Amino acid sequence: MGQTASERKGAVMVVGGGVAGVQTALDLTELGYYVYLVEKGAAVGGVMAQLDKTFPTNDCSL
Amino acid sequence: MEGEPGNFSVTLNLRPRFIDADKCTACGLCTTYCPRHLVDAYNEGLDLTRPIHIDYPQAVPATYFIDPNACLHLQHGTCKICVPVCRSHAIDFGQQPEKRTLAVGAVVMAPGFGRVPESTLAKYGYGAHPDVVTSIEFERMLNASGPFKGEVQRLSDRKHPKRIAFIQCVGSRDIGCDNGYCSSVCCMYAIKEAMVAKEHDPEVDITIFYMDIRTQGKDFDNARIRAEEHFGIKFVRAKVADVMPWREKIKITYATMDGRHAFEPFDMVVLSVGLDAPADARRLADIAGFELNKYDFCKTATFAPLATSRPGVLVAGAFQGPKDIPESVTQASAAAGSAAALLREQRKAGIVVKSYPDEKPVEEEEVRIGVFVCHCGINIGSVVDVPDVDRYVEGKEGVVYHAQTLYACSQDAQEVIKEKIREHNLNRVVVAACSPRTHEPLFQETLKDAGLNRCLFEMVNIRDQCSWVHANEPEAATDKSKDLVRMGIAKARHIQPLPEQTVPVTPRALILGGGPAGMTAALAIAEQGFECYLVEKASRLGGSLRDMHYMLDGSDPAKLLADLVARIEANDRIKVFTNATLKAVGGFVGNFSSVLAVKKGKGEQEQTVEHGVIVVATGGQEHRPDKYLLGQSKKVLTQTELEKRLAGRAKNRAPKSTVMIQCAGSRGDDLAYCSKVCCTHAVKNALKIKELDPSAQVIVLYRDLRTYGYAEDAYREAREKGVIFIPYEVDRKPQVVKKGNRVVVEFFDPLLQEEVSMTPEVVALSVGYVPQDTEQLSKLLKTPVTEHKFFMEAHVKLRPVEMAVDGVYVCGMAHSPKPLDEIIVQAQAAAAKAAMPLVKGEVEVEPIVSQVNKDLCIGCSLCVNLCPYQAIQMVKEGKKRKAETIAASCKACGICASHCPTFAISMGGFTNEQINAQIEAFGAQEEETTNG
Ligand SMILES: Cc1cc2nc3c(=O)[nH]c(=O)nc-3n(C[C@H](O)[C@H](O)[C@H](O)COP(=O)(O)OP(=O)(O)OC[C@H]3O[C@@H](n4cnc5c(N)ncnc54)[C@H](O)[C@@H]3O)c2cc1C
Ligand code: SF4
Ligand code: SF4
Repeated sequence: MGQTASERKGAVMVVGGGVAGVQTALDLTELGYYVYLVEKGAAVGGVMAQLDKTFPTNDCSL
Repeated sequence: MEGEPGNFSVTLNLRPRFIDADKCTACGLCTTYCPRHLVDAYNEGLDLTRPIHIDYPQAVPATYFIDPNACLHLQHGTCKICVPVCRSHAIDFGQQPEKRTLAVGAVVMAPGFGRVPESTLAKYGYGAHPDVVTSIEFERMLNASGPFKGEVQRLSDRKHPKRIAFIQCVGSRDIGCDNGYCSSVCCMYAIKEAMVAKEHDPEVDITIFYMDIRTQGKDFDNARIRAEEHFGIKFVRAKVADVMPWREKIKITYATMDGRHAFEPFDMVVLSVGLDAPADARRLADIAGFELNKYDFCKTATFAPLATSRPGVLVAGAFQGPKDIPESVTQASAAAGSAAALLREQRKAGIVVKSYPDEKPVEEEEVRIGVFVCHCGINIGSVVDVPDVDRYVEGKEGVVYHAQTLYACSQDAQEVIKEKIREHNLNRVVVAACSPRTHEPLFQETLKDAGLNRCLFEMVNIRDQCSWVHANEPEAATDKSKDLVRMGIAKARHIQPLPEQTVPVTPRALILGGGPAGMTAALAIAEQGFECYLVEKASRLGGSLRDMHYMLDGSDPAKLLADLVARIEANDRIKVFTNATLKAVGGFVGNFSSVLAVKKGKGEQEQTVEHGVIVVATGGQEHRPDKYLLGQSKKVLTQTELEKRLAGRAKNRAPKSTVMIQCAGSRGDDLAYCSKVCCTHAVKNALKIKELDPSAQVIVLYRDLRTYGYAEDAYREAREKGVIFIPYEVDRKPQVVKKGNRVVVEFFDPLLQEEVSMTPEVVALSVGYVPQDTEQLSKLLKTPVTEHKFFMEAHVKLRPVEMAVDGVYVCGMAHSPKPLDEIIVQAQAAAAKAAMPLVKGEVEVEPIVSQVNKDLCIGCSLCVNLCPYQAIQMVKEGKKRKAETIAASCKACGICASHCPTFAISMGGFTNEQINAQIEAFGAQEEETTNG
């Protein structure tokens, strides 16, 4: 560990934990960055988490 | 938020959950005791929940929370019944709101979209009649785990509706509610919801009232066709004038294209509500210091679609403009790539690399198995007799320790497992719990922490396979659990440590196609710090960007072209090959070797290049249908040809009269699909004509006018400026005929209800786009194409720019026709994905890949032909040919091993020996039960 949060280098903040925010966060970690994912609700997922099936393939894709 | 790119300081308000996330096991006991009811917002108010709850069982984080506005204790200082109820002592009313300041280098805004206000919905009877519902409420009703368990019910009387109407464009394309744009997704989701409703109840009769069906996404028209032809869903082009309660039903009054009014009764009405800007967009914009557009979504430009007005702050998803999941995911990758390029110097500086103790060698040791049987709270324990299964394990060969656990996946259980491994010197671990799909990595991690190879682990799924599917037969479920555990132990006796393998990566990219997509991708990869080869078949860069002369928002494509070319020339990480094509590709992700054919004078020169990834950006071109006199009369032009003429210098470049024909050769004609861009292109050209000569006449004959998103504003502007839009039906297409020197267009006008004939100066055809060379290229790359010859992505929603072959990515028109801003985003996304293996520097290989025993292999190459991932190759071994796995490409599906006639192939972690041991253990049931 070593570093504290405030001195973590090259961190990125993502505001909003819907499908766009979550994918951004995942890709940033793959690219070698520490990410703060900030979500105002109690869980991530956004509207997609409320959808039954999703077009165009009409599967759940969760 | 303060500071500048690379060095921002942000302050967050953290609200308390009142539950300690480290302790909560998400068992749900608290909710059952909580005495107060609360309207369930997650289920759109269609259900009730309690102040202490979780939205849905799979929520991440899987921690309950307390709604402070509803909790009796937090509101009135009473109750607190949940505190003693929680067995893991997770509830903590002492938690306080917190302010936290973070240092970050970049910010990505992805706050999504907001709700259309109820005042707008009220115009359609929402609120006044319980059976008028929103599309998102309907979505919850259809959901099997939703409030009605997937049964569609009227809220008024809980009866199944027999007739359902969908009303499109509610809160969209409506300046009455300040939402002039098209929300882009509601046509598709309405079709989806209608089809799902039909699947649930084939008897239900569904009508969709619409202005234009905008299914412009890749192959989205198929959904509409299926809805109509397969499900019998009715599509009525009409404007809904009124929604009124009428006896038990709801009466919809509507006006059709021919100006007639009609009404029809329905049992239920679903409003296809649009995507509004987030309610707190303005606040967010003020805090973070970026600008919004006139609709309160984030303001961006066509050529930099994800950059906000504040440097270092990017945007992705629906907040950038209404969009669906595939495009949100694409933008997300693109934004991640842009942020990564910005912070290139700090790459890997902030991440924490976990270290593990050295692995203990176990090959020589006797087998010592530890078994943990999980209750999963009540999930398993309420059906399966877990103590009985645990007792059953006693004395099984190789088992030296066994125990029950309440939640095997909890943090403290990991500590227990590690401790027991040490204490009993365990060298194999079996966990009987839930699904290895979700939990195996967690337990493998625990083994690594304890100094064991992660493959010395076996998971038995007694939840999905036993307690769930046999919920009503507890005894049978318990017996089956014993069988599965016995089999798991039998297999565990044979498992061996497997080495972690990695393959090094050549840190360079090959980009095929030097149009806007290829150029953008090359620059994005170079900005990440990697070299690339940019290969263009023509003699200069530019591709389709050279055919664009003006944009709707006034920006200048020639400037973009010049800028891209200049930046590429100035970038010494990019090597450009013009007059060049791909001739051969060998290798696999991380280690490709390709042959380029470069034209030199009359001859051709070959050059071999080594690279780790490939980005395909070979673009598309205008289709030239042999229709409507195209090529036979100078008066008939494509939209691109018209654009060129309008951008020229000729005095009379704006024709006095123009008839535009949409979908000329598309959507079920020569081309089965919609090309997405032609409607906006037509509107753009129509506006240009009007700008040059306001008195010029322009008529657009269309099927569905697909100016989705903000292009709807241009469509409205065109109508206001006098451009006339007239729809036509497929079975009554316009005709273009030659009469002497003149070209005559004949069409049916639905408003006048008669045939009209016109003699315009120019007929402009919206002809659609076809891909270039994809068929031949797909053979070289071994990547599939769609039936329309566009490259096929690995997964439409989850992996929209990756292809089935690892290390190969796609963007731009080679993927599907799309406008310039989407091309740029997709290219940035493909570049971000392509950079991932380059950043890592190595490709990790799962230890469970296949392995060929060359002594047994007879060289039949059956496996080579069967492998869906091109992960087996034949190599020469002396005079014989032998199969060999390319570990980096293998997905461990096992097809090869199960087909090899000599059993030469084995799968790591699933060897024949292990599987046979499991089968034998299964058969050993009789013996075991009789013996005790
Ligand atoms: C009825 C309906 C059906 C749909 N069906 C489909 C479909 O079948 N297929 C498809 O592709 N698309 C569908 N869509 C579109 C899909 O929902 C969107 O494309 C997708 O949700 C956009 O994702 P997002 O991450 O941008 O936004 P969102 O899903 O809205 O997520 C945004 C997140 O940010 C959080 N947030 C907001 N403001 C802040 C803030 N200030 N600070 C911190 N966090 C914040 C929110 O709580 C939320 O979790 C449908 C939409 C609707 C309305
Ligand atoms: S390990 Fe699986 S079965 Fe056990 S508590 Fe966790 S989720 Fe439930
Ligand atoms: S396991 Fe699957 S992916 Fe691997 S070589 Fe065999 S068939 Fe191909």
